[in-house]
Amino acid sequence: MEYGIVIGLEVHAELKTKSKIFCGCSNEFGGQPNTHVCPICLGMPGVLPVLNKSVLEFAMKAGMAINCEISRYSKFDRKNYFYPDLPKAYQISQFDLPICKDGYIDIDVEGETKRIRVNRIHMEEDAGKLVHTEGYGSSAVDVNRCGVPLIEIVSEADMRSPQEAYEYLTKLKSILEYTEVSDCKMQEGSLRCDANISLRPKGQEEFGIRAELKNMNSFKGVLKGLEYEVKRQTEILESGGEVVQETRRWDDEKGVTSSMRGKEEAHDYRYFPDPDLVPIEVDEEWIQRIKDELPELPDVRKKRLIEEDGLPEYDAGVITASKGLAVFYDECMKGYHNSKVVSNWIMGELSMYLNENNMEIDECKIAPAQLAEMLKLIDNGTISGKIAKTVFAEMFASGKDPEVIIKEKGLVQISDEGELAKIVEEVIANNPKSVEDYHNGKEKAVGFLVGQIMKATRGKANPALVNKLLKEKM
Amino acid sequence: MIISKNDVEHVAKLARLEVSEEEKEELTGQLNNILDYVSKMNKIDTNNIKPTSHVLHLKNVFREDVAKENLNREKVFLNAPEHDGEHFIVPQVIES
Ligand SMILES: [Zn+2]
Repeated sequence: MEYGIVIGLEVHAELKTKSKIFCGCSNEFGGQPNTHVCPICLGMPGVLPVLNKSVLEFAMKAGMAINCEISRYSKFDRKNYFYPDLPKAYQISQFDLPICKDGYIDIDVEGETKRIRVNRIHMEEDAGKLVHTEGYGSSAVDVNRCGVPLIEIVSEADMRSPQEAYEYLTKLKSILEYTEVSDCKMQEGSLRCDANISLRPKGQEEFGIRAELKNMNSFKGVLKGLEYEVKRQTEILESGGEVVQETRRWDDEKGVTSSMRGKEEAHDYRYFPDPDLVPIEVDEEWIQRIKDELPELPDVRKKRLIEEDGLPEYDAGVITASKGLAVFYDECMKGYHNSKVVSNWIMGELSMYLNENNMEIDECKIAPAQLAEMLKLIDNGTISGKIAKTVFAEMFASGKDPEVIIKEKGLVQISDEGELAKIVEEVIANNPKSVEDYHNGKEKAVGFLVGQIMKATRGKANPALVNKLLKEKM
Repeated sequence: MIISKNDVEHVAKLARLEVSEEEKEELTGQLNNILDYVSKMNKIDTNNIKPTSHVLHLKNVFREDVAKENLNREKVFLNAPEHDGEHFIVPQVIES
């Protein structure tokens, strides 16, 4: 039988405020264990949590960027459960009146736009971290992360393949990056993704029994974890079995999911309104103020790059998917005119070196203006396109200006006709066979001779001039 | 009877409370009495009354996003039954 896939995602994003959600502890990532703590986030009795205003505004901003309705009235609730990473034995979250609801994100599915609905976004506090010490019969707890502000973005079960879930997550990350509410680093845990996935026979309206997937720590992990679940559930259904409703853990190394048993009662959270925190009322004026702060979002930016700069849709999509790349591109265009050339360098050399060095664009030493400068040096004949790659590599490594590198390494292109003519004549004299081939109509021979000339000049010969001289002199 | 002995056992388990058979009987009775008492309010017509989500007539109490001095570690561990100077130590938590 053929099965249809149904996926919904729950994404937690850490907000990059300066302080925690309900206390003034530093919200910086890392830090020595248990140094970013105070009586409030330690869960001491008698303390009073007070909401960080920026957390609320960040949540509103994220909500607007995801096309949500902002709740005029919202409140906090306690979610009760026991776990050693949660000192209070309850997490402050939002239950029935979340700050944002009914949004959507548009994704590209095989060239078509598909709308994925977002059910809600709510604010909550993060829990601490358990450090497992092998074999000692004990666990160690670091409370630094307790009280780090989170938003949880809950989608509807609108995705129909692991790839769609991947696209949704990518787009969501990009939107959150643009609004600058979160760092969105999955490896550091500032973006976390859980998934609900079920299968149903093709044509059936009703959803099948779903499994909840956890511990997918990268974008690839989400894709692979979901693909594995599709396979696993298909096999169960085809052999006449029934999928068990449970939480499963993705093991990235082994490439499998396994059941996290023993938490059957975990879903009885006994939510109730938190009496320590008072309700939030947001008026039109406040909403408008946040709206005015919204930056240009990925979809709009992509459209601008296509319509105003004439970039192909693919290029515009790749560049605007990352805010860092998009900013780099825009800055570079201030000093150079040809958008496609800029996009080629960004998607080519720049992305290649970033990937190779596992770096983010904000760690890159090359300033956009320096790339623009280098492109101008190609256009005015100072360096060839090929030498430019050497210059670029050096710029990436040292952050030096292209002119400086060219001078230091003696990379200026040889465009002097007299100087080049001598070398061309030498190469012709040394390669009579190739010259003969050329006269016999073998155009390929030219390529070989050009190669020889480049070798003799260590790549510095002006290619256009070389071609012209070669043909004249043969 | 709204609350059964089963409910008491369930709630006790969620709250990590150990309750004797005798106490279960007693608590079942007490909780039912409380709920009976509260259920009198169901007779009041609340059609035109907005649900109460908070008992205080306060709203929008915020703090500015400013990081302040954290608690020093000695104080952090002052009440901890067990610690190693860096972490709180708890009985092993077994995952999966
Ligand atoms: Zn704190």
